[in-house]
Amino acid sequence: MQASVIVFPGSNCDRDVKVALAESAGREPTMVWHGDSELPKSDLIVLPGGFAYGDYLRCGAIAAHSPIMREVVRKAEGGTPVLAICNGFQVAIESGLLPGALISNANLKYICKDVHLRVENVHTCFTAGYDEDEVIRIPIAHHDGNYVADDDTVAELEDENRIVFRYSGPDGTVDDEANPNGSRGNIAGIVNKAGNVLGMMPHPERLSDPVHGGTDGRPIFDTLAGSLG
Amino acid sequence: MKARVHITLKDGVLDPQGKAIHNALGALGFGGVNDVRQGKYIELDLAAADPEAARAEVDAMCSKLLANTVIENYAIELVE
Repeated sequence: MQASVIVFPGSNCDRDVKVALAESAGREPTMVWHGDSELPKSDLIVLPGGFAYGDYLRCGAIAAHSPIMREVVRKAEGGTPVLAICNGFQVAIESGLLPGALISNANLKYICKDVHLRVENVHTCFTAGYDEDEVIRIPIAHHDGNYVADDDTVAELEDENRIVFRYSGPDGTVDDEANPNGSRGNIAGIVNKAGNVLGMMPHPERLSDPVHGGTDGRPIFDTLAGSLG
Repeated sequence: MKARVHITLKDGVLDPQGKAIHNALGALGFGGVNDVRQGKYIELDLAAADPEAARAEVDAMCSKLLANTVIENYAIELVE
């Protein structure tokens, strides 16, 4: 698997995800600067976490119009898998790859802690390494992760089984208590209609090696590496 | 010509900041506030001289970048 990690001014999880990808794929990903207008050959594109353009205007809004994003959107529409993590999720939404919006956390706080997620859809190229309804522990670190969408969009996401992760308790209970940021329906991660773009607020790359204190994020990278060669 | 752009959250979209301001106003004794919604104000200094063309251009700027029309409304005011 030859992955490309897009680096924006203000990305700060690009090197973490680079390590996770290299571990799983046995090959270093290509780091691609946001100002470039061409992507190298990419089996997978990663939009990493961070604070692209300082979160000015709206999180991800300015990054979504970077020269490289035209190419990322084109490839995504052509079926190339895109893994969009945290700020990358915000960028993916702002560039129209995923529906809805991410607004300030309901408690207005920057939240940095491990949370539990229930894996709701294991039939994606990202999550096939998990069991149906498996509960995993992954860290979140964001101020604007509160997923909002109108009724029709949420109904469509539900009907098409495109909600991939929901915030849950350790036992898999999805309720308000387990919702860290106010996200509608405890939504933590969704895929696009074609299923090749995954946006998620939690950081799988931060729990992908035993030295991190857990490896619940690693199956995402292993699964991608396994299926993309 | 200047354009003043007001960006506000659509009705029904939760506004955590507006809520916090509302609570703070209540704590200060301003009890007569029914609701608070926080938005953004952007001022643009435009080269265009024709108001119609200017408005069309700012409208395109709003829908493309300045506002996220999934959750926000915008209003444009032109000032000579």
